[in-house]
Amino acid sequence: MEIKQAAMVGTLESSDIQISISPNPSKGISIELQSVVKAQFGDAIVATMTEVLESFGIKDAIVNAVDRGALEWIIRARMQSACCKATGTRFDWKGEDK
Amino acid sequence: MINAVGRELPEKIGDYIVKPYAGAKETIDAEKTVASRRKPSKRAVNGTKLMPDLKEAIKKTGLRDGMTISFHHCFREGDYIIGLVLSAIKELGIKGLRFAPSAVVNIKNPSIVDFVKDGTINRIQASGIRGELGDAVVEGLELAEPVILRPHGARPHTIETGDLSIDVAFIGASAADDFGNCTGQVGPNACGSLGYSFIDATCAENVVVITDNLVPYPCVPISISQMYVDYVVKVDQIGDSAKIGAGAARRTKNPRDLLIAQRAADVMAASRLFKDGYSFQTGAGAISIACTDFLAEHTEKAGIVASYALGGMTANIVEMHKKGLVNTLLCSQSFDAVAARAIVENPNIIEIDNSMYANMFNKSCALDKLNFGVLGALEIDVDFNINILTGSNGEMMSGIGGGPDVADGADISIVTLPIVRGRIPSVVDRVFTCCTPGSSVAVVVTEAGIALNPKHKSYEMLKEDLQKAGIKTVSIEELLKIAYSLTGVPKPIETTDKITCIVEYRDGTVIDVIREIKRD
Repeated sequence: MEIKQAAMVGTLESSDIQISISPNPSKGISIELQSVVKAQFGDAIVATMTEVLESFGIKDAIVNAVDRGALEWIIRARMQSACCKATGTRFDWKGEDK
Repeated sequence: MINAVGRELPEKIGDYIVKPYAGAKETIDAEKTVASRRKPSKRAVNGTKLMPDLKEAIKKTGLRDGMTISFHHCFREGDYIIGLVLSAIKELGIKGLRFAPSAVVNIKNPSIVDFVKDGTINRIQASGIRGELGDAVVEGLELAEPVILRPHGARPHTIETGDLSIDVAFIGASAADDFGNCTGQVGPNACGSLGYSFIDATCAENVVVITDNLVPYPCVPISISQMYVDYVVKVDQIGDSAKIGAGAARRTKNPRDLLIAQRAADVMAASRLFKDGYSFQTGAGAISIACTDFLAEHTEKAGIVASYALGGMTANIVEMHKKGLVNTLLCSQSFDAVAARAIVENPNIIEIDNSMYANMFNKSCALDKLNFGVLGALEIDVDFNINILTGSNGEMMSGIGGGPDVADGADISIVTLPIVRGRIPSVVDRVFTCCTPGSSVAVVVTEAGIALNPKHKSYEMLKEDLQKAGIKTVSIEELLKIAYSLTGVPKPIETTDKITCIVEYRDGTVIDVIREIKRD
């Protein structure tokens, strides 16, 4: 899927994550992460975000995330919401049951 | 070598010879006489010890390059004394001092890091170095030797063995007379107990009392006597009144913290030791304060009276006393304005020497009789070892305080903590820094369950009492599983080989070291 517009979701509250996605003119995926738990969970957070991008079939995007110690489900949900907004699609709730 | 809590330690760290922690001790017989640098000498000239300013007093003490200076942290984050004294020392051009306060709290203006960078200080020993200084140290701030961190009970012992020999002790006081009788209990900047300073007053070679409230002779009450004081200096302000005497902390509304506090109080109330004359120490964290309230309810309901509360006092412990739920408060520290002023108003609220509170090398200390001790922690691991110093990124979060002393001294030591904080698990496989050995921890209380330590001396008794009261327990491994299922398994923090801090246990042995954090 293609990024149609820049999108931003989430907040900077403790235990939340703020994610912005925009088109990547130079192609490919670029993820920039700031996190209070980067030393211990940085790789896990990037892996979660990459997985969601893949599930949306997004191949070109610039992702900026500011994580305030969110749990994995929150990161996943915020990322899914960001992808929906940026691609102008609705979330496929049926996919959840697979 | 590996110590009794499985920590890898070098034999020597610079000139520091490592005595590895070897397990709990029952009795101790020291070979040496108590070391004091105090000299018989007369200081009052023309009927006063008052010096015109700090610089003059510092010159009189003969402070030179490389000597050791000490302070107390009873003014907490409101303290101006450390900044005033270090600035005066710097202006006098004295360098390379060993800085040995009872603790460093987060003092930003002036920054202690700057006094390290300009060479005024080159060595540090304290119970904690919270804030800017601590963060700079774990990031590799250049010092002549690693910082030595030790619990409150270990400091007086280290001074008495002569291992920490103080040249000049600077003692801030909220009231003092011109002969040096002083206290923290009265005056506009009252901080309450001066518990940490007694050992400095009796053992340092020079004692300088600093006040902003010079009172007619004699100062009443007398916490520290004129017989130990060399010089007195009056300054404009010893601290920020709002931060020294912060009002009583409001009870937390966080339902998770309240649940943990309630459960910790339930554990105490279920114990057979919870009977007329029981004793407790709860402390000043949000969970601890709420726990005191729940303990008061249990005490009232049971129709019993506690014999004493110990350690750092809060407004709600004072309230328990006023309600007749606890006979005596032994204050080594006062955590808020209510507790600070309560000592002069109530004959059964007593200021005590921090050494009487927690020093295991005394003929006895008050902790030896304590029934219940409630402790906070950043992390606890499957061996019940506690980390109270370093956060998830290896940063310095807190001081050791009296935690290791309380855990060891109390019949039943209760660690209270939420199972996760944000994405950081609090129950872990292995704590990053071990401050308190798990063998001294009886029970851990979280919102996800209560776990008893099968290796603790009170295990069988507590297990039976909790069963009788219908309080369910889980294993620590179960708590670990719950924590990791929420957060994922954290990647270990990477360090270099450089040791930035040595963590001593209450008996003066090394329980752990903190290595410099590796950053990309």
